[in-house]
Amino acid sequence: MKLFEIFIAAALINNFVFTRFLGLCIFFGVTKKVETAVGMSITFTSVMMVSAALGWLVFNYVMVPLDLTFLKIVIFIGIIASFVQASDTIMRKVSPGLYYKLGVYLALISTNCIMLAVPLINAGDKYGFIESITLGLGSGLGFAMALIIMASIREKLELADVPRPFQGLPIAFVTTGLIALAFLGFSGIITQ
Amino acid sequence: MEIQAQQKSTNYWSLVLIGLFKENAIFRLAISLCPAIAVTTGLKTGTLMGIAVVFVTVMVNVTISAIRAFISPRIRIPIFMLIISGWVTVADLLMAAFARDAYKQMGLYIQLIVAFASILTRAEVFASKSKVVPSFFDGIGSGAGFMFALICISFFRELIGKGSLWGFDIIHARPLLIMLLPAGGFITTGLLMGFFNWIDIRFYGGKGAGGAGGH
Repeated sequence: MKLFEIFIAAALINNFVFTRFLGLCIFFGVTKKVETAVGMSITFTSVMMVSAALGWLVFNYVMVPLDLTFLKIVIFIGIIASFVQASDTIMRKVSPGLYYKLGVYLALISTNCIMLAVPLINAGDKYGFIESITLGLGSGLGFAMALIIMASIREKLELADVPRPFQGLPIAFVTTGLIALAFLGFSGIITQ
Repeated sequence: MEIQAQQKSTNYWSLVLIGLFKENAIFRLAISLCPAIAVTTGLKTGTLMGIAVVFVTVMVNVTISAIRAFISPRIRIPIFMLIISGWVTVADLLMAAFARDAYKQMGLYIQLIVAFASILTRAEVFASKSKVVPSFFDGIGSGAGFMFALICISFFRELIGKGSLWGFDIIHARPLLIMLLPAGGFITTGLLMGFFNWIDIRFYGGKGAGGAGGH
């Protein structure tokens, strides 16, 4: 039941985009087309789970025993960057088809704030291993949902008659604000 | 001699100005947005975040341009990341030591400065090719542009959302809560971005760059 709570909280209530403001750069960068958004969200969800798992293992078995927790930013960035680089290389060798579909997005991931945020949140809240992975999965799916909702709206927005200074990003920001307002409604789902 | 000195100083000044207005990280380029909107519920946290970013940008630029001769081009990005995350750790620990209350409110977002593309971009484009002093001013410029945007956003959000500025009560009326909610952050940023685009189009004949939308 705790796991389910963590999952729902990460996906809907504390949605990474609409409530926690994470991954905004990617969010506004890739949501011009639904197809790109779908590719991006698949890649992101899987990488987020792996980075949650790797981050948890390193944090609990290396950093806590050696008393290195103050270096967590440096170490997490290193782990994620090297993992992304490794999976990039492996994917190119193993399945070139998938590589050309997702590879572009993989390169974008390495310095993204959500990749860093997942292990940092896990470390801060002292989650267990399974809970960490659940948080990774939940927030990944929440992010995917946000990307797809936004991409479908922006495809329609292309045709709308927007004042010139507001074309492009500014109107996307205002739209996101309105969706975020709708997402506030989820905050009542879980009652303590 | 005097003219030369003056020219030099205007050069540094223009470096700062470019970062402040022309290539403002948030309003013009739309990068490094993530923590920018999260911490702007109050003028104080917004300003502190801005100071932290200026500090990190300047220190990273100076460090990289000081050791640029020793960085092998093939592994420069990991080295840049290492330097950035080192300085962010310093800023994080300093903030935890000297601004305890604000640090608790900002928490995670100070640590996420690591992932700012604006810092990595300046390091890659400018600091790795320039001398120490110009890199210093470039760091001040791009950091100050970020800080300016943060102060703008947090000014409106705190004024309308809480009716106060820097914690002091100013408007003695019931404030609009929506500005403090996540939705208010997005809407304020969108409106300000549109406003700066309008200035650009109306007075400078620009095209109203909507930002490339990178990291």
